[in-house]
Amino acid sequence: MSDSETKIEIKQLFKIFGDHPEDMLEKVRGGVSKDELNDQYNHVLGLSDINLKMPAKGVQVVMGLSGSGKSTLIRHINRLIEPTTGEVWVDGENVLEMDEKTLRYFRCNRASMVFQRFALLPHRTVMENTIYGLEIQGMAEKDAEKRAAYWIERVGLAGYEENFPGQLSGGMQQRVGLARALATDADILLMDEAFSALDPLIRTDMQNILLDLQQELYKTIVFITHDLEEALRIGDQIAILRDGQVIQQGTPQQIVLKPKDDYIADFTKDINRGRVIQLKTIMKAPNDKSGPELSAEMLVEDAAQLVTESPSSQARVTNDAGDVVGVVGINDLIRAMARPDIESRLEEL
Amino acid sequence: MDWLTKFPELGRTDLRDFRKSIDQGFKEFTRAYGEDIESFFEPLLQFLIWLEKLLLATPWPIFIFVVAALAWFASRSLRVVIGSAISLFLIGFLGMWEDTMSTVSIIVVCTILCFSLGLPVGIVMSRSDRAQAIVTPILDIMQTIPSFVYLIPVVMLLGIGKVPGLIAVVIYAIPPMIRLTNLGIRLVDKEVLEAADAFGASPWQKLVQVQIPLALPNIFAGVNQTIMMSLAMVVIASMIGVTGLGQPVLKAISNQYLAMGLLNGLAIVALAIIFDRISQSYGKRLQSHRGGQNE
Ligand SMILES: Nc1ncnc2c1ncn2[C@@H]1O[C@H](COP(=O)(O)OP(=O)(O)O)[C@@H](O)[C@H]1O
Ligand SMILES: [Mg+2]
Repeated sequence: MSDSETKIEIKQLFKIFGDHPEDMLEKVRGGVSKDELNDQYNHVLGLSDINLKMPAKGVQVVMGLSGSGKSTLIRHINRLIEPTTGEVWVDGENVLEMDEKTLRYFRCNRASMVFQRFALLPHRTVMENTIYGLEIQGMAEKDAEKRAAYWIERVGLAGYEENFPGQLSGGMQQRVGLARALATDADILLMDEAFSALDPLIRTDMQNILLDLQQELYKTIVFITHDLEEALRIGDQIAILRDGQVIQQGTPQQIVLKPKDDYIADFTKDINRGRVIQLKTIMKAPNDKSGPELSAEMLVEDAAQLVTESPSSQARVTNDAGDVVGVVGINDLIRAMARPDIESRLEEL
Repeated sequence: MDWLTKFPELGRTDLRDFRKSIDQGFKEFTRAYGEDIESFFEPLLQFLIWLEKLLLATPWPIFIFVVAALAWFASRSLRVVIGSAISLFLIGFLGMWEDTMSTVSIIVVCTILCFSLGLPVGIVMSRSDRAQAIVTPILDIMQTIPSFVYLIPVVMLLGIGKVPGLIAVVIYAIPPMIRLTNLGIRLVDKEVLEAADAFGASPWQKLVQVQIPLALPNIFAGVNQTIMMSLAMVVIASMIGVTGLGQPVLKAISNQYLAMGLLNGLAIVALAIIFDRISQSYGKRLQSHRGGQNE
């Protein structure tokens, strides 16, 4: 992801809730903690000195426990919340300097949002909900319905166009939420714990739908979650938030393999590493034994099965061009899944 | 200790002068603007008279049919339809058809007025806490002050007749419309409003596409209460010249005609029940999307 351009950049963003947020800024900059600010000064520290670059056409996950400031952060991107101080740049434009009209245009054409509790219009049918953003864009009704029908179909809700949200299950309602957001054709998708309210099985379904769509749409997705599994599965980049501060940023592999502190290590210790680590991270120099040729980006867990079946108990790792760049043996795979001691091989990351 | 047992009241003559000056002031106001105000309300009067004539000219079976159709459209319940038709027929059968038409016409006009005045006031109130703080006590006064008290200035200004009666009824009946519009809009889910913001809706788009539609059940509860209250006001309004079912009741009181009072009173009750069932079941149907079948 390092080669791609930055789509959204957040610079020195602070958000303090309370009666005199500006007065508190000095104190927060001086190192007053969230708890102190709350107890002694009666202000809530929402976000503190956030600096993030989000890659275009990638999925930026923001992860943190409840109350860590995730919703506050994502709402700064489309300015549903005004910062105490800071900058939010999208495509080289400062969102915080937009006038009202430009901001409304930005919201309905360039960044659409999916909500944790769906936030559908209960008095409108699935179709009417899906065209909501298009209505605001001012699209003619016929065109809007045509486009909405396409997205309803894509999220798997064909046949439910005339149902009201109240008649649908949570998972289906969030499909409507997704269709509504996708229909506006905005190239930024803001998802605030969009799948957190769903049952595990349905959540996995929705993640698959999103990942499938992303394969062809290449939106810039900002995805909020409190669930590390979900973060690792969805994210190209992950930022971990605690008490309003970003405490680590990196790819899923970096987070799992090099947790920055005990707090994060605690999260990551129960993770199935086989589903995060790629072959290129653990491969060794090529030898001349045979074996199936596997992509360098393949996950360890997927490779394990194939390597077990190969007579030589090893696989040859190939890059995008198809050249063999290394090998992994069955032992390497098992070690990667089991033990967190492969830091030495992380230099290439 | 004299001052403790005797209330420090204004002197008798001072008090009289005080009241006199208020009366005088209002009389002068009446003399200066009475006619303008009267002509301001002229179109309203014409509309009321036109509607009353229309209803009276309508053949009774058609009127009953229209009410039954309305009842069906609003409630989809055969019981409400049949109940409405039978009570209307009985009212006519017992000789109260014409008075009923007058009452219906004034209720209709009053409801239209309350709706078209109350809705915008309720909306303004819902959008600003300051507006709410100003309007709420005024509504409290309108609902608690004995109606006779505001009949006095209305009559001084406009004399006896339909329009002052209408104004009195509107003053009495409009508060619930305003209150429930305000409440309904304030109760709209914050998350849905945030979604509207996130999709770039303007304040007007939010109001028309989200807030008012979601507040409709409450707004309709307001319409329903407004209708009920204006029916309750019919008897008092007849004291200042509003024709309809109230006048026979008034006559019955002064002459001790028990049966006449009872019958006209019951006709008002029947009208109230019909209006209530129709508007309430319509309000309920407006919410039907909320329940859902398989949540
Ligand atoms: N409008 C607000 N007023 C005061 N405090 C707020 C407000 N919104 C959020 N907060 C506080 O800011 C912190 C971050 O909240 P939020 O962004 O909702 O967290 P998350 O989405 O990660 O659960 C919390 O401590 C929360 O109580
Ligand atoms: Mg949140």
